[in-house]
Amino acid sequence: MPEPGRIVLGIETSCDETGVGLVRLMPDGSVRLLADAVASSVDQHARFGGVVPEIASRAHLEAMAPTARRALEQAGLELSDVDAVAVTAGPGLAGALMVGVAAAKAYAGALGVPLYGVNHLAGHVAVDTLEHGRLPARCLAMLVSGGHTQLLSVAGIADTITQVGSTIDDAAGEAYDKVARLLELPYPGGPPIDSMAREGDAHAIAFPRGLTGPRDARHDFSFSGLKTAVARWVEQARREEREVPVADVCASFQEAVADVLTAKAVRAAGDLDVDTLVISGGVAANSRLAALAADRCAAAGLTLRVPRPRLCTDNGAMIAALGAHVLASGAEPSPPNIPADPGLPVETVVLR
Amino acid sequence: MLVIALDTSTPAVTAGLVTLEDGGPRSLAERVTVNPRAHGELLTPQLLEVLAEAGYQLGQVGAIVVGSGPGPFTGLRVGMVTAAALGHACATRVYPVCSLDAIAAQTPGDDPLLVATDARRKEVYWAAYGAHRPGGARARLTEPGVERPENVPGRLDGLGVRSAAGEMALRHREVFALDPVEPSYPTPAGLIAATAAELRAGAAPQPLVPLYLRRPDAGTPGPPKPVSAGTDIDRGRT
Repeated sequence: MPEPGRIVLGIETSCDETGVGLVRLMPDGSVRLLADAVASSVDQHARFGGVVPEIASRAHLEAMAPTARRALEQAGLELSDVDAVAVTAGPGLAGALMVGVAAAKAYAGALGVPLYGVNHLAGHVAVDTLEHGRLPARCLAMLVSGGHTQLLSVAGIADTITQVGSTIDDAAGEAYDKVARLLELPYPGGPPIDSMAREGDAHAIAFPRGLTGPRDARHDFSFSGLKTAVARWVEQARREEREVPVADVCASFQEAVADVLTAKAVRAAGDLDVDTLVISGGVAANSRLAALAADRCAAAGLTLRVPRPRLCTDNGAMIAALGAHVLASGAEPSPPNIPADPGLPVETVVLR
Repeated sequence: MLVIALDTSTPAVTAGLVTLEDGGPRSLAERVTVNPRAHGELLTPQLLEVLAEAGYQLGQVGAIVVGSGPGPFTGLRVGMVTAAALGHACATRVYPVCSLDAIAAQTPGDDPLLVATDARRKEVYWAAYGAHRPGGARARLTEPGVERPENVPGRLDGLGVRSAAGEMALRHREVFALDPVEPSYPTPAGLIAATAAELRAGAAPQPLVPLYLRRPDAGTPGPPKPVSAGTDIDRGRT
């Protein structure tokens, strides 16, 4: 007898990871992860110090069908088992998104199943339901990655998400990349800074906490000034021919990032009167952010949910999970002529 | 043999269903929309319309042929990835074919010919062709290239080219000094004609790799710029 539920194939190509995931939507509305295949072009971008859109797009084209085959193998399924296709329609890099959207249309068209063009940011929240089950009726989500730093109020993962705050300049992950470059650490900057920081003193240097003044935007972030402050500090040390204490700089920088992110998230949860905070995105894997968030959420009586690192970074499973929730909500599929939308607002969970 | 033909290497979004018989390829249904910004939106919907109009299912198709460029990258990839996904979904072979070859295959006569399409940045994608071979493809006299239009005539020296096809033939008529002929864009029948020999032989397809002809625009960064304003001047003064 076949297993119950409906199978959703999710495709993600908004940045430098080609992701294909498979999720089973159970009759009770819960979701189960069946496969999560990812091909990354990150190594090809390393020497440029950031993602090169054309290189990412070329890699997506090469990896698309092989990654889909790998996901199906992992799940022990055939394409004919798939009941719906979900794809990241935005936000993201235009040329990169286009590869995934075109592939998703072809898969959905060939299989004769509904297509859902969905929001990448909502996917980062939805992925947590694969690990920690259903979300409460209302919660706060903080997305922190190389491209995004946002606080989202989530009242319905399939349809009701509003932005509470966001970075007004650099994303947190972008600040990591820029500071890493300054310190001659490898790209992407998150892992090397996190590991150097473990050996440093987080209070050695008092780097600024952006947008935390009494008249500053309460729920927005800024990391550009922090990055510049680190650069100034390092330049001054070099000018004075002092040895740059890389571990202390990393630890103090990381402390400033984690401090602002967690303080603002916990405060926003209080303002919104919700009892759950979900943290997702590539930077959610950062050890100091995770530890400080755990402390502060415990002190504030908040439930903290952080998906495992593999699910926090961009992947197809998050899009399949979101697609499954949208399917369960009974929403109409996206029309077959949907575009890729690089600037898709977070409020638009499904493209119409 | 039923063959799907797709091409997104030019402003034309092209989807067709072609039957390849002894007499050559014959288009059963096709949809072409000239809109350089709509490849991702329209290609698959057009293909599904074509199949419905012709009264066939995807499962009845024996092969997929897709123009592999050269062409502006973002649009070009739509056709390539659509073909790759369809090939996966239908367990059907996917044959890439140079889009310039497809235009050449559809031109009348056997006199040497230039095919030129828009490469943007004031350049054209181009190749020169000789007579049609059995099956319909024309023999290439040059490899596909990317060039400023004013440099193309020099590349054609001694080839005896008198006419030009492709969308740039008309636009650069004066520069090329060649008679423009149709077609302007790859046609479904042209795509199949250019691949007919391989399709008939049941040959293994070439790898599904686009003809980019240009490297990605990306420079390796230099050292980070100093942020401490005027530090060099300050040092000079003190």
